[in-house]
Amino acid sequence: MPDVRPQDRRPVPFRGGGFRPHPLPWAGPAVFLVLLAVWEGAARAGLVSPLVLPAPSAAAAALWSLVESGRLWLHLSASLQRLVIGWTLGTAAGIGLGLCIGLFSLARAGLGPVVAALFPIPKIALLPLFIIWFGIGEGSKVATLFFGALFPTIIATAGGVDSVDRTLIRMGQSFGLPWRDVVLKIVLPGALPAILSGARISASIAIILLVAAEMIGAEYGVGAYILLAGNMMATDQLIAGVALLSVMGLTVAFLIGRAERWLLRWRG
Amino acid sequence: MNLSIEGVSHVYGRTTALDDITLTVESGRVLCLIGPSGCGKSTLLRLIGGLERPSAGSVLQEGAPPPGCLNPLTYVFQDFALLPWRTVAGNVALALEHHRLGRAERAEIIADVLARTKLADFRDAFPRQLSGGMKQRVAIARALAVRPAVMLMDEPLSALDGQTRELLMDDLVSLWERERFTAVYVTHNLAEAVRLGHTIVVLSRRPGRVHATLTIDRPLADRQPGDADLEQHVAHLWDLMRAEAEAADREVLDA
Ligand SMILES: Nc1ncnc2c1ncn2[C@@H]1O[C@H](COP(=O)(O)OP(=O)(O)OP(=O)(O)O)[C@@H](O)[C@H]1O
Ligand SMILES: [Mg+2]
Repeated sequence: MPDVRPQDRRPVPFRGGGFRPHPLPWAGPAVFLVLLAVWEGAARAGLVSPLVLPAPSAAAAALWSLVESGRLWLHLSASLQRLVIGWTLGTAAGIGLGLCIGLFSLARAGLGPVVAALFPIPKIALLPLFIIWFGIGEGSKVATLFFGALFPTIIATAGGVDSVDRTLIRMGQSFGLPWRDVVLKIVLPGALPAILSGARISASIAIILLVAAEMIGAEYGVGAYILLAGNMMATDQLIAGVALLSVMGLTVAFLIGRAERWLLRWRG
Repeated sequence: MNLSIEGVSHVYGRTTALDDITLTVESGRVLCLIGPSGCGKSTLLRLIGGLERPSAGSVLQEGAPPPGCLNPLTYVFQDFALLPWRTVAGNVALALEHHRLGRAERAEIIADVLARTKLADFRDAFPRQLSGGMKQRVAIARALAVRPAVMLMDEPLSALDGQTRELLMDDLVSLWERERFTAVYVTHNLAEAVRLGHTIVVLSRRPGRVHATLTIDRPLADRQPGDADLEQHVAHLWDLMRAEAEAADREVLDA
């Protein structure tokens, strides 16, 4: 090997790295706080009129007076009740029908086109019809959420059943598992990841429908509160209501994330 | 319990996968099935195990399965077919849960087969945490748990690397020495066939017919990789298969 002068020996240039996001837990809250501070500053300095965009502190005060008056719980419980009942029933029925479509040729051939036709209808358009059918009260709102959650869940579940590894099903049959056990122990757990991501989608659809339905006709509910605030040009209350919706959405996403982590813990 | 395969043919649409196969699977022996790619080996195994109905002919069980047998015809799959959401013990339990067994009896069977396949320390691991060889051992443990009369193994070692394959082959030989199980063993690997097979059946290219049958008398335990007579058998089998395999290869390219 020929002699190399020391100054000709240099480290190999590093070209890897990047393209791999790593967690920065402080960044999210920091951006959020900066946004709030800029907004508050702009409002205090009189750059925007409080009527157009009230300061965050004004919205917080509106929220606090809502808490103090005890009406927060009234609105929130009305909304949550509709959301929980409508979404739960819709999701349960959707899983059942999706399983049928995934498992039985007749259900697939018969219901598939109906589901495809009804899925794209924004369910809020059916609210007047639901009011005629189920009355102006809770029935029509729950029905809107039910159908809103039903179709995405059917589609997600049926897709999940289709994606279950057929060799696992053959394996179950080769060990003589009865049909019911094949469905409960192989098909359903195999479809669970798809069902859960369907639940994420159907929950966000349900929140949208909830607010829309409450804006069309409800005494209590976060949607009704926001609409009333808008009608009275009380933009501080309006922002407070919207913040409530954000918290509601985040909570639902958090709960579903938790359920996913627990139910799919085998994925590691 | 013997299995008798009588005049079995099978067609998929317009392709004939198997044509008039007649074979006997004798109790306590390993029958290796080799043949060029696409000749219908997996199909034949599915017909034997009752996962598919033959277009013609029949597969018959002769005599009763041994007492205590829960699932007479039991598969070991090439890709293991483990449920990813169940632990090692849970995967074995799957094969037992629908049988009328006491809780204690079931636990005992699971502990026993995991010990026999050297998996006792991994009973609570999930499949994703195991290497390929370990996964196949779990699948073998699951098959043993139902005390099969005949094990149907479709290329059980093909998904594994060479060294793991050697180790698992040794395990299978010592398992056979202890249990004297009956098996139909499909493989591409001629060395595997001469190590594990008492009888080797060579199928022709599609449509699969019985091209040749070879019996190796030397006991499994005495066979070592590289034995002269085994090498000779491999060479002989390759002679039998070469033309078929080449033709099958070209067929695939033409298609
Ligand atoms: N479900 C099916 N539908 C239609 N054709 C099939 C089906 N299964 C197998 N075949 C065809 O039948 C023939 C035999 O297939 P099979 O899988 O039994 O062959 P094999 O010998 O196991 O092949 P390999 O060595 O590649 O595993 C092939 O031509 C295959 O394309
Ligand atoms: Mg095959």
